Amino acid sequence: MANVPTPEELLKINYSMPDKGWMDMKPVFKDGNFCYPGKPDVIKEIGFPNPREWSPKDDDWQLPENWMEILHDGMKDRLERYRSFKIFMDICVRCGACADKCHFFIGGGDPKNMPVLRAELLRSIYRKEFTTAGKILGKLAGARPLTQDVVKEWFYYFYQCTECRRCSLYCPYGIDTAEVTMMARELLHLLGININWIMEPVRNCNRMGNHLGIQPHAFKDIVEFLCEDIEEVTGIKIDPPINEKGHEILFITPSGDVFADPGVYTFMGYLMLFHELGLDYTLSTYASEGGNFGLFTSHEMMKKLNAKMYAEAERLGSKWILGGECGHMWRVINQYMDTHNGPAPFLEVPKNPITGTVFENARQTKMVHITEFTADLIKHDKIRLDPSRNDHLRVTFHDSCNPARGMGLFDEPRYVIKNAVRNYFDMPPSTIREHTYCCAGGSGLNTDEIMEIRMRGGLPRGNALRHVQREHDVNMMSCICAIDRATLIPLADYWAPGVGICGVHELVGNALIMKGEKKRTMDLRQEELPGMEGE
Amino acid sequence: MSFFISFLLVLAFGSLAYLGVESGYKLMFAAIIPYVAVGVFVFGFVYKLIDWARSPVPFRIPTTGGQQKSLDWIKTDYLDNPPNKGWTVGRMILEILTFRSLFRNTSMNLRWQDGEPRVVYYSEKWLWLFALAFHYCFLVIFIRHFRFFMEPVPLLVQGAEFFDGILEIGAPRLYQTDLIIIAALLFLLLRRIFDNKVRYISLLSDYFPLFLLLSIVGTGLWMRYFAKTDIVGVKQMTMSLVQFNPVIVDSVGAIFYMHLFFVSILLIYFPFSKLMHMGGVFLSPTRNLPNDSRMKHHVNPWNPPKKYHTYEAYEDDFREVMVEAGLPVEKQPEETPETKAEAE
Ligand code: SF4
Ligand code: SF4
Repeated sequence: MANVPTPEELLKINYSMPDKGWMDMKPVFKDGNFCYPGKPDVIKEIGFPNPREWSPKDDDWQLPENWMEILHDGMKDRLERYRSFKIFMDICVRCGACADKCHFFIGGGDPKNMPVLRAELLRSIYRKEFTTAGKILGKLAGARPLTQDVVKEWFYYFYQCTECRRCSLYCPYGIDTAEVTMMARELLHLLGININWIMEPVRNCNRMGNHLGIQPHAFKDIVEFLCEDIEEVTGIKIDPPINEKGHEILFITPSGDVFADPGVYTFMGYLMLFHELGLDYTLSTYASEGGNFGLFTSHEMMKKLNAKMYAEAERLGSKWILGGECGHMWRVINQYMDTHNGPAPFLEVPKNPITGTVFENARQTKMVHITEFTADLIKHDKIRLDPSRNDHLRVTFHDSCNPARGMGLFDEPRYVIKNAVRNYFDMPPSTIREHTYCCAGGSGLNTDEIMEIRMRGGLPRGNALRHVQREHDVNMMSCICAIDRATLIPLADYWAPGVGICGVHELVGNALIMKGEKKRTMDLRQEELPGMEGE
Repeated sequence: MSFFISFLLVLAFGSLAYLGVESGYKLMFAAIIPYVAVGVFVFGFVYKLIDWARSPVPFRIPTTGGQQKSLDWIKTDYLDNPPNKGWTVGRMILEILTFRSLFRNTSMNLRWQDGEPRVVYYSEKWLWLFALAFHYCFLVIFIRHFRFFMEPVPLLVQGAEFFDGILEIGAPRLYQTDLIIIAALLFLLLRRIFDNKVRYISLLSDYFPLFLLLSIVGTGLWMRYFAKTDIVGVKQMTMSLVQFNPVIVDSVGAIFYMHLFFVSILLIYFPFSKLMHMGGVFLSPTRNLPNDSRMKHHVNPWNPPKKYHTYEAYEDDFREVMVEAGLPVEKQPEETPETKAEAE
């Protein structure tokens, strides 16, 4: 990793607070501590304001002439539309309970990465613009005037929050700094301040159906290619339906599963499972993205990208939707999808065709999580698993922030994993389940130009991983998130070298006993299984 | 800095009351200001609540702190991930009565062991304990004070007094809450000063209420235990306030007026400050909503129009390659206007 200090250097973290008050401290932009801004053609195509060439290192960010008015009105509008925003601006008592809960603060010691101060960056402007005390008393009331430096600071720190909601779990009033960050990012968008790593996936997803911009024919090629790999490992030929009408289930997973290593092995796991079950399903190229980077821009964009799922299910005449392993995708589905784009009367309440289980908890969205689906299958003995095929792995599980604190999906994936492997070890309790730590690349920050920030933010997760590696020889961390599958690899290499990363259904694919398969000598990564070499 | 200004402010308010009373403005401090204060408090509090309530809650965004309700055989964590209204009420009750989220608090520490960094977490319950102690003592003291505003004194108030003084130490009998609340307030203040993180985030509006509360409690205790203020006189005055016919009893000293003035300041300050967390905690969308958007339809009152890149538009972009790749299409390429135009 270029430009990233060694762990020893990085660990010289100074948690003591500066002498200067935080209002007098300004961030300094240098390569490696900010994400690249959105490209003008991308911004133009998706209709966001103020497309231009600019860099955070510039003195002049080329804000629109009336930028202050835009921000003021934008804030007012959001205060009127979101009670959460208004309440969170008013009731923080600065008790500091959230202060050391943020992975970015733990890994860096920058006071403004304490959730409470992150929110104060915005709150101080709220006080100045919208409260009498702030207008009159100014700094004494914790208010400060809106300047370009404030805007720059917002950009700096609201793109150092992964919207993981860990802080909100500990706050006595449930103040969710992730929600504040979402508002701040919406406000910054009004001025044309954004990052390309989010905007380009949004553009691609909108037009091409997925973040990576894989076009339909290429999508099909990749799927076929992965099926050849499956045949190589199992001897079984699979030909998954794509864009076909009249199938019972529409399956949507993040495009990272189709395209990126090691997500592809998870994707192979899904296909093998569906094949073994004889499931009546189809994939779609138009809705070939489960993830939703719109969530990291604005509620409206989130809605727009999410709308395709229902639209495609209706067009294809599916009865319900099955969703793959993805983190923020499930925050959107669980907390926003039906409110944004539902109801979907053309769908039916999901029922597992193999076990007959009706997924009552998905009665309204009509969308089921793959680990809910597979856990149900295993519970009803509908698939045969040979966990000894995963004996070369000693596995732990990383709870992704969104399914953890925005949904509560904890036991389903664990149940599946424990049936697919024999060596399972949880990380320490304060770092898993609802207390889980972010991979430090969520909310669109999984870009390589801020690798140092990511490694810093990755300290608590990495350290917990190192703990189980040391204590239990763990060599594989599984997760149910496509962003994790990309971000945890450098994180593990940095903080716990020797631990690999996989999705849950990769483990299922390895263990799955398929009718008519040949003797497995390789796992899905086509690595020889120990004891089977050369057979 | 904020610390000293807050301190001076409270000192100034105290002196103001003292000087005011000494120069004969007794009615001002005994009646007019308290009436105004109560008015501002009630009006301000209600206004703030209405103002919050005016903004809708477009989405269900509870912070889920436990297993969701899903398959029958998976144990739901109803309290931390309530699937319906009933359990949400349960979650809120525990939150409000026991400060449950704060109870989770940990403190993080980075240390080295065997040449390796270890991020360790300690349970950290002091803040929870003292915060809870403060709030409950405040409540009991608040209830006890109804002795001054009601005749006959209700049973609840008598009960509070009885249990609060159950140790039967001293005369007048020592109330435990008086001691605990001082300890709790001092803890909260000292923590703000000596915990460097908390000091760094603290504003004037964080110190000020603490000093104000300390002054209120301080003057109260002084009256009860040291100055032995004329209780009968005080009650006469407070009852007259309730009956909207304020009288001044001469035997009641300046300290009482100071006490009352501090309370008035608190009431006036309350609706405009962070103290409104008292009302806000009930309205916090990450706590007071069930996690049920997958089970039930909810309506966003300002739901934006559904605009998205349709399948038709998508197919128009990629029809040729899709057909070539053998993917099904809605319209065959021949039918598109361009190819038609070409054919003609
Ligand atoms: S825990 Fe909540 S109230 Fe306390 S400082 Fe953090 S956001 Fe504010
Ligand atoms: S949401 Fe996560 S990243 Fe953002 S401030 Fe809170 S703990 Fe930090």
